[in-house]
Amino acid sequence: MIRTFSYIDVMYLVAAARWTLALTATAFAGSALLGLILAIARISPIAPLRWLVATYIWIVQGTPLLVWLFLIFFGLPLIGISVNPWLAAAVAFSIYGSAFLGEIWRGALVSIAKTQWEAGASLGLSTAQQLRYVIVPQSIRIAIPPTVGFLVQLIKNTSLAATIGLVELTREGQLTAAGTYQPFAVFITVACIYFALCFPLTQWSRSLERKLDVAR
Amino acid sequence: MKYGLQFRDVFAAWESLLDGVWITLLLSACTMLGGLVIGVSCAAARVYGPGWLKRIVTAYVEVIRNTPLLVQLFLIFFGLPSFGIRLDGLTAAIIALVINLGAYTTEIVRAGFEAVPKAQVEAGHSLGLSGLQVFRYVVVFPALKAMFPALASQFVLLMLATSVVSQISVEDLFHAASIVQSRTFRDFEVYTVIGVLYLGLAFAFRGLFAGIYYWAFVRR
Repeated sequence: MIRTFSYIDVMYLVAAARWTLALTATAFAGSALLGLILAIARISPIAPLRWLVATYIWIVQGTPLLVWLFLIFFGLPLIGISVNPWLAAAVAFSIYGSAFLGEIWRGALVSIAKTQWEAGASLGLSTAQQLRYVIVPQSIRIAIPPTVGFLVQLIKNTSLAATIGLVELTREGQLTAAGTYQPFAVFITVACIYFALCFPLTQWSRSLERKLDVAR
Repeated sequence: MKYGLQFRDVFAAWESLLDGVWITLLLSACTMLGGLVIGVSCAAARVYGPGWLKRIVTAYVEVIRNTPLLVQLFLIFFGLPSFGIRLDGLTAAIIALVINLGAYTTEIVRAGFEAVPKAQVEAGHSLGLSGLQVFRYVVVFPALKAMFPALASQFVLLMLATSVVSQISVEDLFHAASIVQSRTFRDFEVYTVIGVLYLGLAFAFRGLFAGIYYWAFVRR
């Protein structure tokens, strides 16, 4: 029987948004961990390491996220590694996100003047200490606005997890649309929920950017 | 379980993959052109237009940039038929992609316009140039130069994002991969191959844009 799209469906969609948020949080944690390593490797004095990471970033930024998602979800089981949609999505988004966060954070790290490194060295700090106590604290301020901006990208991109059957906001929307035959109302609602999640972050990122501009 | 990688079946389907590459290229080219037209008009409206127009453009940019492309695509392909507007997959895909890219392009082009120092515009006016002449001879060239790198990388991202149109069964490169996959069951190999193909396309586009940049801004 065909239902009509009603209040209860809207509530279901809102409830499904928590899986979007959970996936975003997982993916962000994975991206941040991997991205930090990549950013530091990109400014390391070991040239082959820099090239390796640059190649990784070049490959990831040159391929669609959808390909990573399908490669991991449908490809890995064939070579004997079984994955569920959650794990596949978390891994694919982490690979994808790490390349972007790695680049954003590398940019923040290299924007700190070379004299800051030298000042640290002249105080007898080791390279790791210079990074930890001098460079990172200063670059965090620069890195935060684009990182929040990236978070918005990540929330929107989690919608692609619907294609491997992970029931988050978009997938729930597809299921509701199939059940009610009111795709327009359903997807408008879905879009509104995404907007409600993303818009505050976008505004926050902008105000942070403005503050940073004033501080300079 | 031991699994031997075997690309032969995938390469045997090269004609399907080539068709897919062609559709992806076609989609990307149409979208870039359409997105650029929308982006430049909206940016001009937002910088030089009256207040009400500015507000409409701002709303358009914010709504599009804060919702996923996939949902926009579903809204146009599955949602519009409720109003009797029935579009085939390719048309719906191009409309959704152009609307999407237009919003991002608007922001980039606007930033480019605003990167031209106000004093230069005033200098143009003081030489007796009309508004249009100032725009044509003073603003456009440096603005284009300033916005070009951001525009180029947005276009490459767009080309990669066209892969989502496979979800409304447009026969692009990613869709071709699903077809080959369902015929050969060589998932890992198929997605690796199309990953490499997308990488090649991204490389080609980046090269093309770098060439255009050199030709238009560096050479002279």
